[in-house]
Amino acid sequence: MDAKLKQAFTEPLSLNNPILIQVLGICSALAVNAQLEPAIVMGLSVTVITAFSNLIISLIRKTIPNRIRIIIQLVVVAALVTIVSMVLKAFAYDVSVQLSVYVGLIITNCILMGRLEAFAMSNGPLASLLDGIGSGLGYAWILVVVGAVRELFGAGTLLGFQIIPDACYEAGYVNNGMMTMPAMALIIVGCVIWVHRIFTSKN
Amino acid sequence: MKLNTNSNTYTFLYASGVVVVVAFLLAFAYAGLKERSDANERIDKKQQILAALNIRGLDKADVEAKYKDVVLQDMIVNAKGETLNEGTEDTKDEAGFAIDRKDINAESLPLYVCNVDGAKKFVLPMVGKGLWGGIWGFVALDEDGTTVFGSYFSHESETAGLGALIKEQKFQEAFSGKQAFAADGTAALTVVKSGNVQNAACEVDGITGATLTSNGVRDMIKEYLGLYTAFLSKQ
Repeated sequence: MDAKLKQAFTEPLSLNNPILIQVLGICSALAVNAQLEPAIVMGLSVTVITAFSNLIISLIRKTIPNRIRIIIQLVVVAALVTIVSMVLKAFAYDVSVQLSVYVGLIITNCILMGRLEAFAMSNGPLASLLDGIGSGLGYAWILVVVGAVRELFGAGTLLGFQIIPDACYEAGYVNNGMMTMPAMALIIVGCVIWVHRIFTSKN
Repeated sequence: MKLNTNSNTYTFLYASGVVVVVAFLLAFAYAGLKERSDANERIDKKQQILAALNIRGLDKADVEAKYKDVVLQDMIVNAKGETLNEGTEDTKDEAGFAIDRKDINAESLPLYVCNVDGAKKFVLPMVGKGLWGGIWGFVALDEDGTTVFGSYFSHESETAGLGALIKEQKFQEAFSGKQAFAADGTAALTVVKSGNVQNAACEVDGITGATLTSNGVRDMIKEYLGLYTAFLSKQ
């Protein structure tokens, strides 16, 4: 794999992370991750959609009239999201019920439009596909980290399995109700950005 | 000749073309997947009814058979207590079951008569409003028409980790054994603010941090128990 393609994939994971650096897609990142499981499914769904929308837009980028390019991007994204939501409903009904409204909200995720406009409109299909996968995964791992912290301290469980032993509760430990509030997601994302900056700014 | 992608004609034709292609694509995907997703929805609904009867954790493949076994009738009644439809003989999913939850009202109330280990149960479907969107549920009553046997609640878009907890078994199990009606026949089963249970016979703890969703469940139960009162008092 040549260096440019590799960079297209790895850059959004950390150095140009959509949430940490570009600060895109924050709203959905805050909403769905009070628990780990929806965070993982949401991360994967977004990855699939960023990958394919980047690929499709990159393939047709030279034919798109400049004046209506945003609308064309939106149509492609909306069509993909609708198809993903229909496929989930037919083949993974439980997951689709759990994600319910959030699948539809992927359309409004700024990462999608951001990457289409900034990358797919000016790069080849393979690089765009990799950039899409990288951006999706870059978004997903933040969601997973925040979801894990919130579920662990907010409910004492991970993926629904109890992690904090009963002995701790008997000794007076109480789940932190604050963790289940959306505000706490913002604070944790802030902390992740802080830690991330400490490591990246040294370079 | 190089195509001028900025001309009005091109822009117009391009936009029309994209829309037509996408419309066909979506229509085909919808038609192709409809059968599967409809089947999933039916199984899911049956699973919810069984969950209200404390039959949980069934394999998807076993749901249909168990439903047929447990449900005796899927009736349609109305708020006056009249039986409009006795339910379908064989499949038990074409009369009351076929009523979409958006179409449930005082004129057509689905009601499931069930048999769990030899005991007769009534399952009452309910529909209400949560904080962000619709909520619904099934409450199973014993043959006496007032003791709650089990319950199931779900929601369209309540906050994950807060209002969404009404979907958890822990919240639903708290209803079992409560009294749905007071001695004078009015609906008594209710959800109160977490930690404020005064009368344990008919009050259930709400969810901390999800007062509005809990209130939604409370109002829904009150409204629908009222609608089914006439039918249940005839039993």
